[in-house]
Amino acid sequence: MSLEQLKENTLYQPLLLGAVALLASASLAWAASATRDAIAAAEARDLRDSLAQVLPEGFADNDLLADSAQVEVGEAKPLTVYRARLGGTPQGTVFKVVGKGYAGPITILMAVDRDGRTLGVRVLKHTETPGLGDKIEIGKADWITTLSGKTLESARWAVKKDGGEFDQFAGATITPRAVLNAVRGGLETFARHREAMLGLPQDGEPAGKAIARKEGKSS
Amino acid sequence: MSGTIRTLVRDGLWDNNVVFAQMLALCPAMAVTTSGTNGLGMGLASTAVLVVANVLVSLLRHIISPQVRIPVFIVLIASLVTVVDMVLNAWLHELYKVLGLFIALIVVNCAILGRAEAFASRSNPWHALIDGLAMGIGFTGALTLIGLIREFLGSGTLFAQASQLLGPAFSFLEIRVAGYGGALLMILPPGAFAVLGFLLAGKRVIDARREARAAAAATPATA
Repeated sequence: MSLEQLKENTLYQPLLLGAVALLASASLAWAASATRDAIAAAEARDLRDSLAQVLPEGFADNDLLADSAQVEVGEAKPLTVYRARLGGTPQGTVFKVVGKGYAGPITILMAVDRDGRTLGVRVLKHTETPGLGDKIEIGKADWITTLSGKTLESARWAVKKDGGEFDQFAGATITPRAVLNAVRGGLETFARHREAMLGLPQDGEPAGKAIARKEGKSS
Repeated sequence: MSGTIRTLVRDGLWDNNVVFAQMLALCPAMAVTTSGTNGLGMGLASTAVLVVANVLVSLLRHIISPQVRIPVFIVLIASLVTVVDMVLNAWLHELYKVLGLFIALIVVNCAILGRAEAFASRSNPWHALIDGLAMGIGFTGALTLIGLIREFLGSGTLFAQASQLLGPAFSFLEIRVAGYGGALLMILPPGAFAVLGFLLAGKRVIDARREARAAAAATPATA
């Protein structure tokens, strides 16, 4: 029986499709396992770079990536926090907040010290209008640096148009408003869950569910 | 170069260009081309997928039955794109950060399915390879051109961030027009439609002129 006759057989179609799907899945599984470690390493490097941007130099001497924890903050998902320590003493914490931007979510990384003061804020990902809303990026404007060094009480967390103290952008008010709301929300979360997020001992309760806790032993 | 190959190359680059003649793959052509660098990156990634998909389909053309050819092509192309996505993320992470969003879009690039169906499934692997390369380079050229025009008019730069895509040696490509803030409209979606419209009109004019000249050259010879 030639291949042409075989192709006319009704059974040939599902078998061919099955074989192709099997081969495709096998190659995908192989590629996924071959790249898994390299991808994890690249993502860890990215995270380390952004952590270095929001924390002042010399603020912490521990490996923040190895000192992360999942803290229950009363939302659907626990919040991942990275704890900054100097000589083993908790100094501050770094975590992500998400703002509701004009065109989609704005992912923000913020660092807060033990007194609830913002150390640094950076926008990691956003889909705001280029040329208008993208001034929240550090590469486009230094607006985001005006959010550093403020506590929940010391600043009026709103744009000037809403009676706050931060500049809005010409033609884009929703974007900076979203960033300010998200950062204020982050500070409020910190105020409520300070001990867990810093990794301080709490009365009776464990300090968050730590996945790994390697304290800086350099001191 | 034999005649067939020359035709294949000319088809891919100009006569049957993916964007300007076949009018396929307009989704990535519109969405990605906010800068020349983005267009170039998307074009190169699509070319890689197009070449491999063409060769694979051509090699398998005898065992693929006509009844299930479309699902087979789609499974092949989708797996290929996913592998490219993972490989870029793992070993060319800087490039992935620039292109990451667009890689998955290659799956829905109808030009790739179009070439598999219209050409690779009835040609030998060598011709399929050349066709994939030519079509890919034509697509890359079109995307880069649209990107450069939009970038120049919209933000007053050329090849911004090219060194992130191609390596620090290419930073000389990055040009900034001093004192020009750019017309925002060109970066936004309407700019893409406007630029594509003008480029299509331009190609038609050139083709019409060439035809007229060929006709004029032919008339005295026959007379």
